Amino acid sequence: MSSTAKAMPSRIGDIVGAANMTDDPRELAAYEVDGVRPSTVARPGTADEVAELVKLAAAEKLAVIPTGARTKLGIGMPPARYDLAIDMRGLDRVISYDPGDLTLSVEAGIPLAKLAATLAEHKQFLPLSAPFHDRATVGGTLASGVDSPLRQAYGTARDFVLGMEFVTGDGALAKSGGRVVKNVSGYDLHKLMPGAIGSLGIITRINFKTFPLPAEARGWLAGFSRHEDAFAFAQSIRKSPLAPHTLDIFDRRASALFHADVQLDKSEWGVAISAAGNKKVMERCSHDLQTVAGTANASAFSAPGEPQRSALWQRIRDFPALVVEHSPDALIVKITSLPTQMGEVAQRLQSIAANSGLSFAIVARGAGVIYFALLSTERDAPAIARIAQCAREILSAAATSEQRATIPWCPTELKREINIWGAPREDFPLMQRVKQAFDPYNIFAPGRFVGGL
Amino acid sequence: MDRHLLRELEQFLGKNSVLSRPEDLLLYEYDGSVEIARPQCIVFPRTAADVVHIAALANRYKTPIVGRGAGTGLSGGALARHGGIIVSFARMNQILEIDADNQRAVVQPGVVNADLNAAVAYLGLHFAPDPSSQKACTIGGNVSENAGGPHTLAYGVTTNHVLGLEMVMPTGELVRIGGKSVDAPGYDLCGLFVGSEGTLALVTEITVKLTPLPEAIKTLLAIYDRVDGATETVVEITARGITPAACEMLDGWTLRAVEAWVHAGFPLDSAAVLLIEVDGLREAVEQQAEDIGEICRTHGAREVRVARDERERDLLWKGRKNAFGAVGRLSPTYYVQDGVIPRTKLPQTLREIDRIGKENGFEIGNIFHAGDGNLHPIILFDARDPKQFERAVSTADAIIRFCIEMGGAITGEHGVGMEKDRLMPLLFTEEDLALMRRVRDAFNPMGLLNPGKIFPTGKGCGEVRIRPMPQRGAGNSPPVAGEDFA
Repeated sequence: MSSTAKAMPSRIGDIVGAANMTDDPRELAAYEVDGVRPSTVARPGTADEVAELVKLAAAEKLAVIPTGARTKLGIGMPPARYDLAIDMRGLDRVISYDPGDLTLSVEAGIPLAKLAATLAEHKQFLPLSAPFHDRATVGGTLASGVDSPLRQAYGTARDFVLGMEFVTGDGALAKSGGRVVKNVSGYDLHKLMPGAIGSLGIITRINFKTFPLPAEARGWLAGFSRHEDAFAFAQSIRKSPLAPHTLDIFDRRASALFHADVQLDKSEWGVAISAAGNKKVMERCSHDLQTVAGTANASAFSAPGEPQRSALWQRIRDFPALVVEHSPDALIVKITSLPTQMGEVAQRLQSIAANSGLSFAIVARGAGVIYFALLSTERDAPAIARIAQCAREILSAAATSEQRATIPWCPTELKREINIWGAPREDFPLMQRVKQAFDPYNIFAPGRFVGGL
Repeated sequence: MDRHLLRELEQFLGKNSVLSRPEDLLLYEYDGSVEIARPQCIVFPRTAADVVHIAALANRYKTPIVGRGAGTGLSGGALARHGGIIVSFARMNQILEIDADNQRAVVQPGVVNADLNAAVAYLGLHFAPDPSSQKACTIGGNVSENAGGPHTLAYGVTTNHVLGLEMVMPTGELVRIGGKSVDAPGYDLCGLFVGSEGTLALVTEITVKLTPLPEAIKTLLAIYDRVDGATETVVEITARGITPAACEMLDGWTLRAVEAWVHAGFPLDSAAVLLIEVDGLREAVEQQAEDIGEICRTHGAREVRVARDERERDLLWKGRKNAFGAVGRLSPTYYVQDGVIPRTKLPQTLREIDRIGKENGFEIGNIFHAGDGNLHPIILFDARDPKQFERAVSTADAIIRFCIEMGGAITGEHGVGMEKDRLMPLLFTEEDLALMRRVRDAFNPMGLLNPGKIFPTGKGCGEVRIRPMPQRGAGNSPPVAGEDFA
């Protein structure tokens, strides 16, 4: 470390207090990103402290990565530099909550589970039910860009975040949007934050639109022997007036990873649908779904009761977490495509994996997102090379105008072989300009994001 | 305007694609707001390549350039505040693709909102944002302003329905962002560009999401003798977690103005009506309509009518969507504000608007998207009297300040434009605005694209400039000091 870095701990301590920083190697290990260890961890308690830390980092050219519960820090390329981890969990307050207006303002470090409990007291919720829900923070969930099965009905964070406050790369505390449900005052800068993995700024506060918990919710599971039928069934549900809350398609291998009480039995593919509404609506959904399943060559159809239903949907939500738990060296590709092309894409992915002799699992969202996991348990050089080759084929096969592939989860070794973001696209120069405007000194997680941003 | 520039534009686009006679310019000096600014010429590109060429010329001649759809905007967004070239997208009005299975459409910016809806209705689909001007306004304009409308309460505003854009940057490049599939890797540039009020790029193609038409619709008209009854109803509907497809309010003054023209069946002696629509599955709609009817009656609605058929429903909506036209019959000029407040604050805010109006000698009409707290107070004034204009503006400002005190915002759907730029410091700090400026400068480095919009021109921090009376030909005036266009 440079001499500046040596003097740094005390200056960081001046900002957050000596008790809220550490340079103890044993603690630093937990903040590693792709094997790169920071020299200091700071635990600010306020947005102003975050701004001060970033000002210091900007002045000293320290590379910064904000962290939450550290469940998704592996998303992205290895950082080119990484000096300071800013642990945001101290910013965990509900700043304001107006249940009557269905609006909420929280600090970024608040755990999803704690927030969900607060909202549930008022029979409300946020459709942020994403992987690692039990541990993850709101800020980390947004910044990492993970999605929720609930996107089928509620969209993604961009659709229900009303405004944000964040610290930019010059240490300025800035905001955009507001706290009301409709607002076009100024640029929607906060729309840039979800999925940016902290490369533009450190989110300190998020304003949300909340939603009433439905009076009743139910789920259905249809089984299919052929993937074509499963995707065609999902497509017909998507186009029906039923407006399901979730619509996910998964294969037998994914079902095995779920370890849920509800299994696919003899089917190769499952389509899980949930919907909410009054009793009559539920009966209507039940009836219509069963009818459609019948004409779509379903081999099984059931409506799991509680607690099996909740358990199954939690596992679908947690798929990436389950995969990584099962095999820490697994690689998960995220492919987006037009909904009608998902069946073909799934077919192609399966044959690429089969040709490489790799086992895989698939979970797909009806809205046009496929998570394809390569489940390798080997770690030797030939195995890594085989997976890398397979991933390369998937990335290049998906580089069409309407499909995109990225690799949110994979072992660090593989990142030396492949660019997990895929080839840069024509809009990359615009992204560079955004990055430059937000982070002029390039201190936020340099190298991790698309194209090395 | 530089004669050489005009000649080059004419040579490239053809004489019938360039307007520059004074009588033509007059037609492009206004939009739906009270603002006026005269351009120096109007050009009508047919292709993205034309737009690229126009942008390059504007750059070479250091001339401002402003995109324009139908000119229905309510904040001066499509006006050439500092003169220059207006790029009208009127001739780029083709629907390029309708993909019903994937619920997508690809359109040129000049496609009229209602035309897109008409083109996809037989497929059981629609484009959800439905501004009141939808019979005239264009999708390109909707994208620039992030337009809303009554039904955005349940369906979301324009940004929630745009997946991809093809754009010409002020520096002349043609770029595509996003696409037909979701979650494009990298920064969500569509999220930034939609609603940037034409200050970051000229949009030449738009990929939108289409939404299935609901299976059932019920439209209710709740009639009140007290304004508070209507606002309290909205508060309770929200608090009970019922999200209607639309929830609009007209106060007595406005509904009488509307009724005299549209004959929608609004009762002339009432203090306020709520126009509430629920849609979705038949089974859900029945229940929601019942619940809402009950809430209305609890809060003193003297009558709750349910539209019996499509004709009755259309008539009620005609009354709502033509309201501003009806007001136009009463006064040559009126000023519509667009403040937003938390919905729990509706009753006290309407009382305050009434008080502010009385204090300033105006009767203020209210017709607005009550369900999302987006107010549209209407102040009638005579533009020929500068004193009246000033008073109308200061009255509107007082309303906006109250909205902000309530935790609200200065504009819900009309945009900041050149109308509310001076109010931005009420909502945003110097640091917020500095970052927004940096983002603008990153894409629009010379400030030639739509100059004089969104950003306050005064140097002082938190200080609100007094707004000058719009002058004819104002576009020819030099830029205000501190304005940073080349």
